[in-house]
Amino acid sequence: MSERLEIKNVHVAVEGQEILKGVDLTIGRGEVHALMGPNGSGKSTLGYAIMGHPSYEVTEGSVELIDSDGTRHDILAMEPDVRARAGVFLAFQRPMAIPGVRLADFLRHSVTNVRNPDRKEGQELMPMRDFRSELKNKMQELSMDSDFARRYVNDGFSGGEMKRAEILQLAMLRPRFAILDETDSGLDADAVRLASESIARIGGAEMGILIITHHEQLLEHNIPLQTHVMLGGRIVESGGPELAAELHKQGYDRIRKAYPEAAAAEEAMEAERRLESATS
Amino acid sequence: MSIDTEESSTLALGEINKYDFRTNTPTVFKARRGLDRDIVSQISEMKKEPAWMRDFRLKSLDIFNSKPMPKWGGNIGIDFQDIFYYLKPAEQQGKTWEEVPEEIKKTFDRLGIPEAERKFLSGVKAQFESEVVYGSLQEDLAKKGVIFTDTDTAVREHPDLLREYFGKIIPPTDNKFAALNSAVWSGGSFIYVPKGVSIEFPLQAYFRINAESMGQFERTLIIVDEGAHVHYVEGCTAPMYSTESLHSAVVEIVVKKHGRCRYTTIQNWANNIYNLVTKRALAYEGAMMEWIDGNLGSQLTMKYPAVYMMEPGARGEILSIAFATAGQHQDAGAKLVHAAPNTSGRIVSKSISKNGGRSSYRGLVRVEPGAKKSRSSVVCDALILDDISRSDTYPYIEIEEQDVSIGHEASVSKIGEEQLFYLKSRGLSEAEASTMIVGGFIEPLVKELPMEYAVEMNRLIELQMEGSVG
Repeated sequence: MSERLEIKNVHVAVEGQEILKGVDLTIGRGEVHALMGPNGSGKSTLGYAIMGHPSYEVTEGSVELIDSDGTRHDILAMEPDVRARAGVFLAFQRPMAIPGVRLADFLRHSVTNVRNPDRKEGQELMPMRDFRSELKNKMQELSMDSDFARRYVNDGFSGGEMKRAEILQLAMLRPRFAILDETDSGLDADAVRLASESIARIGGAEMGILIITHHEQLLEHNIPLQTHVMLGGRIVESGGPELAAELHKQGYDRIRKAYPEAAAAEEAMEAERRLESATS
Repeated sequence: MSIDTEESSTLALGEINKYDFRTNTPTVFKARRGLDRDIVSQISEMKKEPAWMRDFRLKSLDIFNSKPMPKWGGNIGIDFQDIFYYLKPAEQQGKTWEEVPEEIKKTFDRLGIPEAERKFLSGVKAQFESEVVYGSLQEDLAKKGVIFTDTDTAVREHPDLLREYFGKIIPPTDNKFAALNSAVWSGGSFIYVPKGVSIEFPLQAYFRINAESMGQFERTLIIVDEGAHVHYVEGCTAPMYSTESLHSAVVEIVVKKHGRCRYTTIQNWANNIYNLVTKRALAYEGAMMEWIDGNLGSQLTMKYPAVYMMEPGARGEILSIAFATAGQHQDAGAKLVHAAPNTSGRIVSKSISKNGGRSSYRGLVRVEPGAKKSRSSVVCDALILDDISRSDTYPYIEIEEQDVSIGHEASVSKIGEEQLFYLKSRGLSEAEASTMIVGGFIEPLVKELPMEYAVEMNRLIELQMEGSVG
């Protein structure tokens, strides 16, 4: 049996409103999957729920990490930091700024914990010398300026810098499974190509990757084994790389027509969101 | 953290050990609690002070008695008659390492304080043997004409210089606690930096650390002559443990034409202490005065370092950090007085409250008539870690001149759930994540500290943050 992340019948509610209505998806280690769908269909929600954001309540279903020997780990029972230590990673669409904390200091803590899952607070960090040389190498590979690591985490970063910082973290943490939430948004064409190449180099056979995107460019160097389309909180269709190309060129009209029930759910969710933003 | 305050009543108060006493002829001084003319006269007599100092003390005592307690700030529950106002080092000692509370020992461990210093800091040992290490530095300073001694010694050895400024910057009439300090002061540092002399490394009380320099009522006077430059670092970040509950210091500084002075303090008091301190500097033409002031611990701290910009071009900068946790009230802030044209000032205050702690920023910016083209900016940021903690801002601005630029910004924030989640999603525990966010919050001030203090400050924050979540 191969290592995999198994998502079964996952329902997720945010502030009482159900966003995901039963998602099934299995990602094997070494595989690339693409997740596409219109805005508000629930793609980011899936990422947050798998990582354990406190506002995203999983009301039904399971997310399990399965080792090669068949041992199952219940991801949903873990705190977010334990999930990270178990090898799950989420590249944020909009990463948070942590003013006053240098990217390098943050990463040293992060890398130490993820590589020594049993580390207790206050125990030794990864030796500075080893960390620095590894960080330097990774930044060179990603064509990043070494001064970048001295800046405060995402503080005053441009959209592109934030995304590159997320990719740097991915490279340093080398998770077993990574969800990349619109790592291409806000980047120009060259930057998307660079991101695509970087992810391909980092990923390889060691990582299972779920790429959430609206475009196919990010997939250029990361040919997905499967492309999944989310609509109204469900995955309604799965296919190969040609599906990503189709959606990128032609949008979601065909999908909406083919799955009227999901399209109706999407419209209802959208209406509710509009109502909320109007009354709040 | 609870500190047993009972030891004070079981202190051995017998005859003085003559070896602990600095003058050649030991005087028999029997310490007792309370504050009256007899006690004050005895302190002066014991120190063999000149008549002017004795009179200054007695007059200050009258002022102290005539002044009401401040009606603002925090609750001061002090019985002034239940305090020892002067204890000789031998008596301050009076306890063993075993009696030092576990909390304090644990903090020493975490800070990596050397054994010899631990004993001194916890009051087990009255003298810290630092002469060997710092003797050569002392010699260098002396060659340049720098005077660096404790204030008691300065009264004897540099009476004229001291008397010119002593009690002139902060007169006993200034406030009740300045009057108290003026009546019973002991120890503290006296520094004179001659014209044009620049001291490249920070001067630290460590150089001549002993119980007398870090008493309850220390009195510090720093004179920076024209074009001279000094950075003084007071005390240390180790927890100051004392069986007495009142600490009331006075720090007076004069920075003459084009001089520069930076005064850095990080204090971390035990939880039983009332820390009521008056600090003020006068900055003359083109001079620069900076206070960097970090306050942790104590049950109540009231401290507002001040810069009076007396002549054109003077600058004043005050950076203040306060951390209040359970049972603590940090009423800290700053004071800038623009008394001349073209003066500029800046206040940056950062406070953190957690576990029911309370921190207040209290600050004054005053522009005197005629202080045209003065500029001041005040930025105070408060971080509150939970729902039971509190933060207040009391900014006072008095402007009696039109042609000025004064800015004030204040922000209060809570540690955001989104920030915590982001850090946790990268493998940091909730406690590590909170500590990191708090560390980042005060980073702009910590980076102004000398390296070893910055490291200790960060460790202290980690200690304070322990057990704050889950």
